[in-house]
Amino acid sequence: METDGSDGDRGHGGRAGKPADEQAGERPTTAGAAGREAVTFEWDGIRAGFFTCLPIALGVGGYGVAFGVLARRAGLSVAEATLMSATVLAGAAQIVAVELWADPLPVATIVLATLAINLRYSLMGAALGPWLDELSSIRSYGSLLLMADENWALTMRELTSGSGRGGFLFGTGIAIWVFWVASTIVGATAGGAIGDPARYGIDFVLAAVFVALAVELWEGRSTLVPWLVALSTAIVAAAVVPGQWYILLGGFAAAAVEVIRYDQ
Amino acid sequence: MISEDALALDPLIVGAILAMALVTAATKVGGFWFLRRIEVSERLEAGLAVLPGAIVIAILGPELAGGGPAEWGGAGVVLLVMWRTENILLSLCGGVGAVVLFRTLL
Repeated sequence: METDGSDGDRGHGGRAGKPADEQAGERPTTAGAAGREAVTFEWDGIRAGFFTCLPIALGVGGYGVAFGVLARRAGLSVAEATLMSATVLAGAAQIVAVELWADPLPVATIVLATLAINLRYSLMGAALGPWLDELSSIRSYGSLLLMADENWALTMRELTSGSGRGGFLFGTGIAIWVFWVASTIVGATAGGAIGDPARYGIDFVLAAVFVALAVELWEGRSTLVPWLVALSTAIVAAAVVPGQWYILLGGFAAAAVEVIRYDQ
Repeated sequence: MISEDALALDPLIVGAILAMALVTAATKVGGFWFLRRIEVSERLEAGLAVLPGAIVIAILGPELAGGGPAEWGGAGVVLLVMWRTENILLSLCGGVGAVVLFRTLL
């Protein structure tokens, strides 16, 4: 890893309009609070997270309606679909689960599929570790329970900017939870009246969020090798391995390559 | 028209849902829980530092590879707007609008 050179790169790649002292927070997993704002958990951060996430939560609502429709078709009641959205809060896993729904109910298969699809959350939560570590257990674990792909992405963006707003994840999570549960009720109640969500481009929102995040996370040339490793691993794994293991494999492969070439 | 059927809660189904919820909660807090219990070397730290971007790329790559020209065009619009403006809402609206447009055109 080109330690000295990459610090210079980061300086140049720094986002316009941010004070220079915030750049210090750009090395995401540096242990401890050295050189960046202390992480706090305040109303201001929670509120900022909630409102930043609102437009994206609206997109999540699109998936929620789709899930509600699918769940109803699979034979779940409105109450059961709503209970699942309120307690599981994991879009992809829930949609796969209702696709596996059958009589008799294959509980073991459904729970195993849920585990496989959601294992990526462990990596995502670990990536938030350096900031959450500075919060109390109840705040860090409580926030993590509300983590989904979309608000994890927003929170990474917020915290790598060095704002120190540790309540951000919790605020975004509340927005996601409210819209996810409400839209599930709408979808499950309204049934098939919605039609195809692809017509409104709702199915593209998640991909768009991740493209935007990739632009934010790009740190210059030092990022190129791990990203190419992640990309090639994920594309091969998605074609060969069933389920969503490719996300984990891509992430692990990139981290492994970085660990190996650390002092070279 | 809410039928009583809509409010039905089958014990087996509720059990399956709660098992899904438990497993999901474990994955959400598990990585963080594990990481704060081990000593992290600088070498491992360097590996963890690339995780966020790598996960984003790993999710995005196969999804875009499985899409078509409309999705690629939409992704290109998000990339361009985000790179130029740093405004996530503008990027998302541009990208989703572009996808809808490309899908009707292509």
